[in-house]
Amino acid sequence: MNMIEVRDVSMRFNMAKEKVDNLKEYFIKRVKGTLKFEEFYALKNVSLTVEKGDVYGLVGLNGSGKSTLLKIVAGVLKPTTGTAVVRGSIAPLIELGAGFDMDLTARENIYLNGAVLGLEPSFINAKFDEIVDFSELRNFLDVPLKNYSSGMVARIAFAIATVTHPDVLIADEILAVGDFLFQKKCEQRMKELMSGGTTVLIVSHSIDQIERLCNKVAWLDHGHIRMDGPVEEVCAAYKSLDGSAPSQGEA
Amino acid sequence: MKKLGLYCKDFWRYRHLLNNLISRDIKVKYRRSALGLLWSVLNPLLMMMVMYVVFSQIFHMAQMNRGDVEVNFAVYLLTGQLIYNFFSEATQTAMGSVLGSAQLIKKVYIPKYIFPLEKVAFSFVNMLFSLIALVIVMVFTRTPVHLTVLLAWIPMVILFVFNFGIGLILSAGTVFFRDIMHLYGVGVTALMYLTPIMYDVSILPDWARSVIPFNPMYWFVSMFRDFVIYGVMPGINAWIGTGVSAVVALIVGLVLFKKTQDRFVLYI
Repeated sequence: MNMIEVRDVSMRFNMAKEKVDNLKEYFIKRVKGTLKFEEFYALKNVSLTVEKGDVYGLVGLNGSGKSTLLKIVAGVLKPTTGTAVVRGSIAPLIELGAGFDMDLTARENIYLNGAVLGLEPSFINAKFDEIVDFSELRNFLDVPLKNYSSGMVARIAFAIATVTHPDVLIADEILAVGDFLFQKKCEQRMKELMSGGTTVLIVSHSIDQIERLCNKVAWLDHGHIRMDGPVEEVCAAYKSLDGSAPSQGEA
Repeated sequence: MKKLGLYCKDFWRYRHLLNNLISRDIKVKYRRSALGLLWSVLNPLLMMMVMYVVFSQIFHMAQMNRGDVEVNFAVYLLTGQLIYNFFSEATQTAMGSVLGSAQLIKKVYIPKYIFPLEKVAFSFVNMLFSLIALVIVMVFTRTPVHLTVLLAWIPMVILFVFNFGIGLILSAGTVFFRDIMHLYGVGVTALMYLTPIMYDVSILPDWARSVIPFNPMYWFVSMFRDFVIYGVMPGINAWIGTGVSAVVALIVGLVLFKKTQDRFVLYI
């Protein structure tokens, strides 16, 4: 079964040469016809299918459209053309700690962030200890989050986001948080989720990590899919890329 | 129809988010203040006292009688303030709500109308606390209570809908044009003087009296006073004035918001 179906998606950004964000300028420019945008396609006609149980990696250089694609799948961005369908529940780990309020305590934030992810309070109640134990921050539960270090915030966030057993997990560079012991723990948790039947779409610059976790990979290059398929082939091709090689997208 | 069902399901899933955001706002607002939530009652009370002193000492207003009903100026003032403050607070905070939630909107999918809705609901809760102040003042001034007071929630609920509609329009608008933020503050002040909060309509010049029926807040305030102070059923005009403005604001708000919401993330 296809869990994620991305069909012919293009994402266009209007890069205004000058930012017009007040009414007077807007109308003057509109009347004069000088309201100019430079169009920029972050993704162009990208199609991707992820089957149930796949751990699908996205690789590519900076600015190749990986994060944009992930955000479209997560429903944060709406594609200019094309469709992206996800079956089942999504746990987005795009940037950890979305919706944390630094003035609230960790305890309060766990409930707030759970609500942001659409979880029931009763579910969070039941899983509260699991979240706290995983983040190893029990002694700091009633401290406002602004007094936390960024690594500590990331621990809490990761613990909440992965406490559900989502059908689809979307992860953007999230394993780069915390100290190396915690990173290992995160990877362990990801593997548990995968073996539990969760489909994963992951972006990482660590090619080692992609090779370790994924079974399929797509290589994005300037908004196009340059290559996709089994992890070994694509990673081998991607790794053979060196600075002097011309990329297709610029043609 | 199927789409509508989907919307309801979406809203149902995120209803806890609404609760959480409201309680967050309350916690953050009163964090580290000694009197805490008590301020919600004290604040309207103190504001009313200031205005009472100003208007009774300088403009010699003490009674706002209508026919043979004697109305204490403090009660008259507070009822007007209560309703108008709900409107101004709800719409002004809703206006910045989408911009203020940029961090959230950029990272996760959430139905975006939650943000203006939450601000309106938060202001509604604030207004409920202000009601305690009103009760205190009514007891203190020995204002007679009529049975119609039981219907006082009606203008509040209609005003909730009206505020939500206006909040949707403003919050979507400010994403694209920040000027609205500065302009609206002036608008709210102007509208306040066009609403009989501290005066009676009878003192207005003719031109103002012909304009005032087009001010929705006039109808909300007078409907609330009819129920709370005068103990009469509001006339048909008040029902039309409040009902129509609420429905129109809501429809325009929903349409505008729905049309623009997918582009929010590109502008915040």
